[in-house]
Amino acid sequence: MIVFGDAAEHFVLVAAALFTIGAVGFLVRRNVLVQLMSIELMLNAANLALVSYNRLHATEMTGHVFAFFVIAVAAAEASVGLAIALTFYRLRSSVYSDEADTLRH
Amino acid sequence: MILAGIVYFAVCALVVLLGAVGVVASRDPIRSAVSLLASILGVAGLYLKLSAEFLAAIQVIVYAGAVVVLFVFVIMLLGPDAGSRVEPSRARPSRVVGAVVAAAVALAAVLLLLPRDHGLTSFGEVPAGFGGIEAVGGHLFTRALLPFELATALLIAAVVGAIALSRGRGVIPKAPPPPVNPTARMFGGPVHPRDAGRPLGEEGMR
Repeated sequence: MIVFGDAAEHFVLVAAALFTIGAVGFLVRRNVLVQLMSIELMLNAANLALVSYNRLHATEMTGHVFAFFVIAVAAAEASVGLAIALTFYRLRSSVYSDEADTLRH
Repeated sequence: MILAGIVYFAVCALVVLLGAVGVVASRDPIRSAVSLLASILGVAGLYLKLSAEFLAAIQVIVYAGAVVVLFVFVIMLLGPDAGSRVEPSRARPSRVVGAVVAAAVALAAVLLLLPRDHGLTSFGEVPAGFGGIEAVGGHLFTRALLPFELATALLIAAVVGAIALSRGRGVIPKAPPPPVNPTARMFGGPVHPRDAGRPLGEEGMR
């Protein structure tokens, strides 16, 4: 008898839902800060899936190490992304990604 | 005991998903940041359920302690300009893409939940030391040593890049102009009788 929350499918389902919310947020919102937060949500979803599958094959630690690297990359990405957002705000006095259209024409 | 596990998983999953919805749906970015914090803490709780204690600690320290604080800093720096006005609505193509992505993942979720002949996949017993700092560190410093070192290079590059990007022009004062007296620049002291009375500071030592 497998109870709720003790099966790999439940965790993968939560990860999939989290990734979907992040992806939709990234596509629908135009505030650069919220878009960056949506990217963080998607990275968290990927991490959750990695750790779930690692729990399924518990003799290895590869998934945990991979998630560790994803966290490091996410921290770097957040710092550089927020620096870009700040620079963009200085240039255009805006935080909306649709106003970054200098290269459009 | 079993009931406690079920309730724990349900609460964590609910916090994760409601926090994520709050990130996307809030109009005020500071509310998005707080929702992101809730979602991240929920993910840390799910890590604990998966007996990944080290990753749960790292999640709280790095995400909740550093990334969310960075977001809050930037939102506070931008002040009321950080997104109080109503966003312009999306054009049709990106709405369609968003709907298609959501539908595809919802379909995959339904397929995951469909009852199958072999039933759900159980996790089984936890080996001793699984998910602890010794197991993860042992793997990290033996088989994943090269990516670990490369991650340090990545973090240095990110720090330098973030500083170079966010410093901006005009924030750092300009360097003072070079001394006009070429003799002083070459010999480091007053060579000309005209400079005899001046101290050997500033201009002379440059």
